[in-house]
Amino acid sequence: MKVLNEMEFSFESRSSNESFARSAVSSFVAQLDPTISELNEIRTAVSEAVTNCIVHAYKNEIGRISVTVKIVPENTVVIKVRDSGCGIENIQQAMEPLFTTAPGEERAGLGFAVMQSFTDRISVRSKPGKGTSVTMRKALSRRVSNG
Amino acid sequence: MKTSVTLDDGVLTVKICGEIDHHTAALVRKETDTLIQQKRPRELILDFSSVTFMDSSGIGLIMGRYRIMGLFGGYLRVVNVPENLEKLMILSGLGALKVIERRGEMRESA
Repeated sequence: MKVLNEMEFSFESRSSNESFARSAVSSFVAQLDPTISELNEIRTAVSEAVTNCIVHAYKNEIGRISVTVKIVPENTVVIKVRDSGCGIENIQQAMEPLFTTAPGEERAGLGFAVMQSFTDRISVRSKPGKGTSVTMRKALSRRVSNG
Repeated sequence: MKTSVTLDDGVLTVKICGEIDHHTAALVRKETDTLIQQKRPRELILDFSSVTFMDSSGIGLIMGRYRIMGLFGGYLRVVNVPENLEKLMILSGLGALKVIERRGEMRESA
């Protein structure tokens, strides 16, 4: 896969950084001239992925979250959100809508459902005790002016 | 994120301004629940007209307030929901609770 542009950043798993993370990704993606709706979907999907790291991966600790964004051909972005937290035992179950291990936190259990619905493709890799990475791919519409 | 609150004839209105995520939802939740317990309103209105962003934390926020108002025998309305949040609202299945009103819409016409 040819990468046309790439950026990476990492930050501490504090909930006050959720806004920073989605804003940073959307600022970078802005160079592809996405529609407001596409940008909003990307921001929402990133917010879900980062929140999962904070709420689940680093439940009782502060750890590091890394985000990589690649721009690849066909006006497509590939966003990877990675942590070195507790990992997911059963990915399939974790991705079921309404499944949550944190009901006390008032989590709706919709994180993965939103990521799936707001991007074209998502893949999740996880090793219990090692961490999780979530990769999301989304093709953006081509504006007429871009030919 | 900021909230402004009014209480009028048993109707508690909380207007949320800014972005709702896991971080800010916790703040709104704490403030709103304290008021619900102190004032025991018969109706809670969450005004979303100035919400600029929301992820699924906002869904949790709505579901939680729906439950709490139910426990106290009251009702919840979520009003002035901007168009860009609709996809998420639909995905969440919150429509079944019949508490969501779009911007410029009254529940009666829904």
